[in-house]
Amino acid sequence: MAEEKKVYTRTKGILPDTVSGFCPGCMHSTVHKIIGEAAEELGKLDKLVRVEGVGCCGLGQFYVSCDETIAAHGRAGAVATGIKRSSPDSLVYTYQGDGDLAAIGLAETLSAANRGENFTVIFINNGIYGMTGGQMAPTTLLGMKSTTTPLGRKAEEHGYPLHMSEIINQLTAPYYIERVSCDTPQHVIAARNAIKKAFQYQLEGKGYSIIEIVTSCPTNWGLDTLKSLDFLRENMFKEYPLGVFRDGGEKKQ
Amino acid sequence: MAERVFMKGTEAIAEAAVRAGCRFFAGYPITPQNEIPEYMARRMPEVGGTFVQGESEVASVNMLYGAASTGIRAMSSSSSCGISLYSEGVSYCASARIPMVYINVQRGGPGIGAIQPSQQDYNQATKASGNGGFRMIVLAPDSVQECVDMVYEAFDYAERDQNPVLILTDGVMGTMMEPVVLPKMKSDEELAKCREKFLPRAIIGHPLGQQATCRPGSVGGGQEEKNIAAAELYKSWDKDIKVEEFMMDDAEIVFAAYGISARISRAVIRELREQGIKAGMIRPITISPFPYSSFSNLDFNRVKGIIDVEMSIPAQMKWDVEYAVYGRCPIKEVLRSGGQLLTNDQVKNGAMEFIKEVL
Ligand SMILES: Cc1ncc(C[n+]2csc(CCOP(=O)(O)OP(=O)(O)O)c2C)c(N)n1
Ligand code: SF4
Ligand SMILES: [Mg+2]
Repeated sequence: MAEEKKVYTRTKGILPDTVSGFCPGCMHSTVHKIIGEAAEELGKLDKLVRVEGVGCCGLGQFYVSCDETIAAHGRAGAVATGIKRSSPDSLVYTYQGDGDLAAIGLAETLSAANRGENFTVIFINNGIYGMTGGQMAPTTLLGMKSTTTPLGRKAEEHGYPLHMSEIINQLTAPYYIERVSCDTPQHVIAARNAIKKAFQYQLEGKGYSIIEIVTSCPTNWGLDTLKSLDFLRENMFKEYPLGVFRDGGEKKQ
Repeated sequence: MAERVFMKGTEAIAEAAVRAGCRFFAGYPITPQNEIPEYMARRMPEVGGTFVQGESEVASVNMLYGAASTGIRAMSSSSSCGISLYSEGVSYCASARIPMVYINVQRGGPGIGAIQPSQQDYNQATKASGNGGFRMIVLAPDSVQECVDMVYEAFDYAERDQNPVLILTDGVMGTMMEPVVLPKMKSDEELAKCREKFLPRAIIGHPLGQQATCRPGSVGGGQEEKNIAAAELYKSWDKDIKVEEFMMDDAEIVFAAYGISARISRAVIRELREQGIKAGMIRPITISPFPYSSFSNLDFNRVKGIIDVEMSIPAQMKWDVEYAVYGRCPIKEVLRSGGQLLTNDQVKNGAMEFIKEVL
């Protein structure tokens, strides 16, 4: 009989014997997995600190096996500043949704980026307020229905979707900015590599990195898992094209 | 080594914090406390600490929440309308039981109010500095020396209780210069010991299976237990009540005042005593926990009336005094507000009118 060989094992970055509370088909769970893998591959799980925003990301708090604090809605950039400045050896990342990072926390997000704080931002752009039940986010697409834009987002009334990676790319200090997704195995691998690279840069003291992950929210988009992937590719990627905006402090776009 | 110097209130507060071991300061400019962040910007790098000028008070207090969660001694300062923006972060610290210290150098209010000194944040400071009904030890100095001593001990209270501590002072105390004895500089070893104690909770990264969490709330229940534990802590603060009873042995007229108003009242009491009027003062030093028993245990056969002196219209501390006095003697208000200072003459005239009525 051929000997069985273990080729895949769950990352130690996620607590054993736990089930995530995310909806079926939600990419939050994939992102949690690849963050754990990236930190584990770098051998830094024991230094990892997660600063959690408020939103569906909060469901991850019983799921990750690293030190973790919950920031007030939008303030993760400020909280992470306080932690990293006081404990420079920690590997600090924030985990924030689009409402958290780009609406209520816009000032904290841009100010931390502009100071070039040496931590990593994982930004989950799902174009909606997931946790509170599907209200408009700053990243909601034009025409997209939400519970507070029942007729669809209108530019005249609600303004245009905010492009955070592009905006942060206007600043001088950030070191690494990339927009990724998790809709295909290739994209998941690319996203994991991006997160790992951002962590590596932080360990080298290079400064601020943001990995924007364009994701779906099947529940509040009102689409099943597969249809939400179609919507993601057809509409979200058009508004939020994937790619590297800056690497090693150098603008790529 | 203790050291005697001539210093401005704000700078003395900052130096006392450094000596107490503060190694993280974040703040946003606002008059009349700008010298505190300015002093810290210069001083923090000298002692291996961090100074960050926050993009707002909201950001600053949340930086404090993060910094203090690593076990470092962290402080911030602001004034009145800036302090309103601290509510969020202070409430988070109280909920997650994160020790930190902050200073309110009060100015006129409400709203942007006035840049001149006032005492209009008493209720906010003592009753509800944020959502959720938490409490804090709130210290109210009446001299630059007390500012220094209180800042120095505030960090110990914060760490003992794992709770934020507020120092409520005002623009007069902040801008006046007085001789002060500075406390000794805490050594790196002493500070390392404080940090060590916090280590299991510190959000800095831990080996697998030992992870630390900082939880300002509870998703699946359990918040009530945290509320009950916090309420137990608040009850234990009776032992921490500090109050000055000035010339109270035979007093028939009792001034009730804290901070700068107490200082003015003390001068007036001396004048009244020279005229043979038996005046005294109860000065709450901790305004939270409030020294209710100093008022409720007064001999109301002897005490003919209380004069509540505050730089706030309407009066605020008077609620606490009234609660303890419970209608057993009349209470007169002598107030200024909105950045207008009380003068000795005004307090004295107010007192004389009242004395004619009640004595
Ligand atoms: C100060 C404050 N305001 C509002 C809320 C309510 N709230 C919780 S989550 C959320 C939206 C989160 O949306 P997003 O950041 O996009 O995260 P998602 O759930 O989509 O992942 C809001 C408004 C809050 N917790 N705190
Ligand atoms: S509501 Fe949306 S973002 Fe939240 S867990 Fe469900 S699918 Fe994911
Ligand atoms: Mg969202």
